[in-house]
Amino acid sequence: MASLITCPHCGVRPKEEFTIRGDASLVRPTLTASDEAWHDYVYVRANPRGRTLEHWQHVAGCRRFLVVERDTFTHEVHSVTDGAAFATENGR
Amino acid sequence: MRYSAFSIVKNALSGNLKWKPQWRQAEPKPHYDVVIVGGGGHGLATAYYLAKEFGVKNVAVLEKGYLGSGNVGRNTTIVRSNYMLPGNEPFYEFSMKLWEGLERDLNYNVMLSQRGVIMLYHSDVQRDAYIRRGNAMWMEGVAAELIERDQLKKMIPFLNYDHARYPILGGLLQRRAGTARHDAVAWGYARGADRHGVDIIEHCEVTAIRRENGVVSGVETTKGFIGCGKLALAAAGNTSRVGEMADLKLPIESHVLQAFVTEGLKPCIDHVIVYGGGHFYISQSDKGGLVFGAEIDGYTSYAQRGNLATAEHVMEEGVTMIPGLSRVRVLRSWAGVMDMSMDGSPIIDRTPIDNLYLNCGWCYGGFKATPASGYCFAHLIAKNDTHPVARALRLDRFARGYAIDEAGAGPQPNLH
Repeated sequence: MASLITCPHCGVRPKEEFTIRGDASLVRPTLTASDEAWHDYVYVRANPRGRTLEHWQHVAGCRRFLVVERDTFTHEVHSVTDGAAFATENGR
Repeated sequence: MRYSAFSIVKNALSGNLKWKPQWRQAEPKPHYDVVIVGGGGHGLATAYYLAKEFGVKNVAVLEKGYLGSGNVGRNTTIVRSNYMLPGNEPFYEFSMKLWEGLERDLNYNVMLSQRGVIMLYHSDVQRDAYIRRGNAMWMEGVAAELIERDQLKKMIPFLNYDHARYPILGGLLQRRAGTARHDAVAWGYARGADRHGVDIIEHCEVTAIRRENGVVSGVETTKGFIGCGKLALAAAGNTSRVGEMADLKLPIESHVLQAFVTEGLKPCIDHVIVYGGGHFYISQSDKGGLVFGAEIDGYTSYAQRGNLATAEHVMEEGVTMIPGLSRVRVLRSWAGVMDMSMDGSPIIDRTPIDNLYLNCGWCYGGFKATPASGYCFAHLIAKNDTHPVARALRLDRFARGYAIDEAGAGPQPNLH
C-alpha cells in the first residue's frame, strides 16, 4: 500500500508515522440514542472490500487526526483530509 | 482406502501406481440438507463432524478456490490452549484434546508435534500476569509451568537474555501444545468428510444467498443454484462479504497477517517460542525451515499481501529475541486475510435468520481451533443447540455486555 500517506499539513510521509484508529464513516449517536444504535456504533462494521474511510493520526508529525480514503483490496490511497475539515464538511 | 503399514507395503510393491485420490471431485447436486460456505479447515472439519458424529450425511462444502488455498494453508501451524478467560479456555482445551486424538480419528498423519509452547516474560509485572494465566489454565484442568531464567537458559540457550530493554526473565510453558502440519489437517478432514459422503466442491464461489419467506433456500454460485435446508458460513476473512448477501451486520473487520519461513536448517529450535516483549512467535518445521510471524499490519485489508515495513518490524523482533536469526535467509513470506472480531474472540452462533449459521471472527487464532470449531459448529447445525464449551462465543455477547476480551484492548480489532 499505502507505504506513503500525504498529510495535508506535512506532505508525503511514511505510514509508520501514523497510527490508525479505524472506521471514519461511523457517526456517533446522541447520548439518548437507543441501545441498538450504540451497539451498532461501537461494534458493527461495514468492512467493505473496496473504498473505505479511516481515521489516521499523524502521531510522529503534526499530531492531527486525518480521514484517509483508501481501497482495502488494492491498498491505494484516494484522498487524505484533515479530520476537523472532514467533520465540518459532513456536518458533524 | 484406509491407510496402514500394510497399505503402504502393498502400494509400494505395485509401484505406487494404485493410490486413490483422497477425495472425489464432486459436482453439485440440486439440493443438500446442509451447505457449508468455505472449504478451509473449519468448513471441512464442520462437514466431517456433521457426517461422522451427528449423522447428517447430505452435506456439501463449497470452496471458491482450491481446497486449502485460504488460511488453513497460510498460518504458522501452532496449536495450544494457553488462554486465560473462562469463555475461551475450555473451548481451546477441547480443541487440544481433539488434536491429540485426531490422527487416529482421521486415519491420517497430521504430524501433530507436542513440542511445547513457551511464552517469554521480560518484567516482574509480566511474570505475575503469566502466573495468573497459568493459574487460570490449571483451574480448567490444563497443565502450565512457570520456567525461571536459569532453567530456561539450559532449555533454550540461544535467546538474548540480557537485552537492555526486554531482558528475558523466564517463561510460561504448556508442554502439550505444539504444531501440526496445516495442509495435512485440511486434507485429512477433506478425506474423512468425503468418506462419510460429503460432497467437496472446489472452484465454486457463492455469489448470492437466496431467501424465501424469511428463510434461506439456497445459494447462487459460479456452478449454478444449489438449494439447501441449512446454510453454514465459514468464510474466514470474507465473512463480511458473504454475510452481506443475507443482510447480516457483523462485528468484524478484515485484517492482514504476514508470516515467513526461512531456508532449511538443522534442528535448532525445539519448542514454539513466543516473545512477550512484542508478539513474535517462532518454531522450526519438520523440513527445517524456521516459521515465524508477529502482529497484523494494522489496517483493514482484503489483499493477501502485507506491507514491507511490517515485514521489517517482524525481523527486528525476531533478531531482538534470537540474535542468531540475523544470519538466516528468509525464503518465503505470505499473508492471510482474517476476520478480526471486536473483542478478539470467535463467534459460533445462529443468526437472526433461522436456518443460517455463522462461524467467524477467529482473528489470527483460527488454526489451533480447527477441530473444536468444526465439532461445535456441527453440533449447533445438527441440534440447533450450542455446544457447552462454545456457549460464551455467541454473536449477541457484545449487546449483552459479555465480550471475551483476552487482550483487554476494547472494541478495536487492530489491537487484538
